[in-house]
Amino acid sequence: MRTTTRPPAATDAAVSATFRINGRAVPLTIEPNVVLLDLLRERAGLTGTKKGCDRGQCGACTVLVNGRRTLSCLALALAHANDEITTVEGLAEGDRLHPVQAAFIEHDAFQCGFCTPGQIVSAVGMLAENHARTEDEIREALSGNICRCGAYPNIVAAVRAVREAG
Amino acid sequence: MSAPVVGTPFDRVDGRAKVTGEARYAADAREAEPLYAVLVQSTVARGRIRAIDESAARAVPGVVEIMTSRNAPRVSAIDFSFEVPSSEQLAPLQDDQIHYDGQHVAVVLARTFEAAREGAALLRIDYDGVPARSRVADVSGFETITQFFGRDAQQRRGDPERAYETSAVTIDATYRTPEETHNPLEPSATIARWDGDELVVHDATQWVNGARSTLMAAFELDETKVRVVSPFVGGGFGCKGFSWPHTQIAAMAARLTGRPVRLVLAREQMFTSCGHRSETEQRLRLGAASDGTLKAVLHDVVTATSRVGTFLEPAGLVSTFLVACPNVAVTHRTARLDIPTPTAMRAPGEATGTYALGCALDELAEQLGLDPLELLRRNHADIDGESGRPYSSKHLLECFARGAERFGWDRRTAAPRSMRENGEYVGWGVATATYPALRAPAQARVTIDQDGRIELASATHDLGTGMYTIIAQVAGDALGVDARGIVVRLGDSALPPAPVAGGSMSTASVAPAVQDAAARVRDRALEIALGTAGSPLHGLRREQVAFADGRLRANDDPSRALSYAQIAQLAGRPLEAVGGAAPGEEEQQYALQSFGAQFCEVRYDEELARVRVTRALGVYDCGRVLNPKTARSQMIGGIVWGIGMAFLEETVRDPRSGAVVTNNLADYHLPVNADVPAIDVLFVEKPDLIFNPLGARGMGEIGITGVAAALANAVYHASGVRVRDLPITSEKLLAGAPVRV
Repeated sequence: MRTTTRPPAATDAAVSATFRINGRAVPLTIEPNVVLLDLLRERAGLTGTKKGCDRGQCGACTVLVNGRRTLSCLALALAHANDEITTVEGLAEGDRLHPVQAAFIEHDAFQCGFCTPGQIVSAVGMLAENHARTEDEIREALSGNICRCGAYPNIVAAVRAVREAG
Repeated sequence: MSAPVVGTPFDRVDGRAKVTGEARYAADAREAEPLYAVLVQSTVARGRIRAIDESAARAVPGVVEIMTSRNAPRVSAIDFSFEVPSSEQLAPLQDDQIHYDGQHVAVVLARTFEAAREGAALLRIDYDGVPARSRVADVSGFETITQFFGRDAQQRRGDPERAYETSAVTIDATYRTPEETHNPLEPSATIARWDGDELVVHDATQWVNGARSTLMAAFELDETKVRVVSPFVGGGFGCKGFSWPHTQIAAMAARLTGRPVRLVLAREQMFTSCGHRSETEQRLRLGAASDGTLKAVLHDVVTATSRVGTFLEPAGLVSTFLVACPNVAVTHRTARLDIPTPTAMRAPGEATGTYALGCALDELAEQLGLDPLELLRRNHADIDGESGRPYSSKHLLECFARGAERFGWDRRTAAPRSMRENGEYVGWGVATATYPALRAPAQARVTIDQDGRIELASATHDLGTGMYTIIAQVAGDALGVDARGIVVRLGDSALPPAPVAGGSMSTASVAPAVQDAAARVRDRALEIALGTAGSPLHGLRREQVAFADGRLRANDDPSRALSYAQIAQLAGRPLEAVGGAAPGEEEQQYALQSFGAQFCEVRYDEELARVRVTRALGVYDCGRVLNPKTARSQMIGGIVWGIGMAFLEETVRDPRSGAVVTNNLADYHLPVNADVPAIDVLFVEKPDLIFNPLGARGMGEIGITGVAAALANAVYHASGVRVRDLPITSEKLLAGAPVRV
């Protein structure tokens, strides 16, 4: 059906909360209608997480909340004030890329790169879930992340390589 | 000596930035204390705005301004040209007239995104609407289109009607393709700031210089006063090529408020405000002798455009040259509707035209009792039927041969529903791919400073195409340095000019310019190293020295050597050169065109009328391949687009209002990972040195062409049902299936 944007209204005054993002404490004062994606991008300066649709249909905004894959565009920020949030910026250790990041480069698992943070975070979460073993299962488990450039076969190859390397 | 890297599978040099989230797309640009802009769009397709009530919107805490035609800075309408590529002849927010559902009518500006969005939802707009025409069926008279970017849209040779009527075997079939929407994952975005009378814009664009010239025209500024920046683009596929009104609106809002403005289109606005591929109805009449030799091709196209633009989907042009035929007629007509303006979408014309022609040829092969690949071979065009010129380089027959061998085509049995495996019908289809080899003038600059930092700069783009990487490879080889150490800067109108990143022309345009710039810097370095007193190489002749591993050495005494940095130190300033390249007489002497062969396999579960794509192979003749890794990705992406076109994508409008009802990614179906099988890609790799000195032809668009035809032909082969109306869905297969008891 046709959709239009009808946002929640800010019915309460701004409140202060401390968010735990990529292992750091980030104190912020925000209105209750701020969603987690906009908090990351517009308030915390973490623009790696992308807004592709703002309604949970594309997966570009995927982050880990307490290790679980979460669409940050569908999460109210204040509901996650005490949660451990991991974004694409939190995966590498210094200059050392996360194995999924390195595999994405090696297998050319992206083109424009816009869905890539969501694909990588989703793949990291999926590998931890430890259920997708075959290529078909990987395809299914990553089908919530749309890649318009069509890098899917290379994404599967990258994730499979990480999985097989243990 | 470091081995050349052009032609090797080189990892993307922008890969690290993209996998770590450091790559900055337009909406990631940072401005101090910006205002957030949310666009409000018309909800009627034709009429006028009667009244706007701003009171509730203005009462939202944080809302700073509301811009409508009442207070918007004055700008004038711009007619489209390649110099000023404004997609719509419609000056935004200048009057109360409505030309389509989804037209921008207001913009709410607030200190936070949340407040702007809330204000936009509370803005009350009343319209006087009049009945709109949003379907081709609503229109009785069509306009005849004469031109598509310099090519004749009406073409004729021989006596096609008579040849058709006297042919031994004929096909007369009509194919339909729906409206489609580009939907790059990155929504269009413009971040605009005025520094006095200078405008700086971060824009999600495939053409910084096109956006700049449109802004220059709108605000009557010269080119020193407008800068457009777009270092990373999150996919474009054509919808970020020409300029769209939101870019001007962001700059207008920034001028009105005196603050930087961040404007990002919502996903639903991507369906109304940056183009689409228009629907087509294509009647194909083919006539052949009983041995399969084509005698007549008649291709009549009806398409649609808006009342404020002119773009046409030129689907019939492929019929002038894809197969050899002496008698050809191509016509294009268009309906003007109360809808937004269509634009180029990945292979405009070729994607839709190769579908219809590729299916008609398959139907003809069946009538003739010929293998469809054999029919394509027998009607191979040795010269270009449209221009009569020879091809600069054409190896389509080799694509057919290598593809057939790799795919195992000789194991195909001809009859529909004759191949089965594990309870499913298996179908194989084939079709021809093609896209022109275009090229435009381009420049690039190479700078090497006294610390040895090498910078390569051009106002071209990397939409995911691999441009950052391939030009680093070209420059690295030309300079004799490690390509990974080169800093590449793209997507900034302040850099040496380059054409639109569209029409698959960037590689062929920019890479020779990079090669030229690198050669000039190298020459300059030689001159300084050999000609400066105190240089260890002073006095040697050019043939007595050579570059390797970033150093210039004397051939007979390698200890006499200088790095580029040391040469720059000798010069007392950075080594720098701007190089350029442009097409020449070859454009008048040859037909410049890429070809390929698409082979697809589907499996059809008749109980569910469900089709799955299980194999796809593309074999392409695109000249020299500069980077097989990124080239393969481009082609895989094109084939994935073909899967979407064949089975999933359709922009559906409400027939009463013209509003898009599939204006989100749950209702507009894009292929997801589970829809896509393993995809095999081969290149015949014949350098086209007539086309440009690197021998490379573009790859952005050819990958989608022919795929929908190969898939539709495979579906027919599997199911026995010929669906001539994309997308092919279970409902259409069921409607065409024989009744079973």
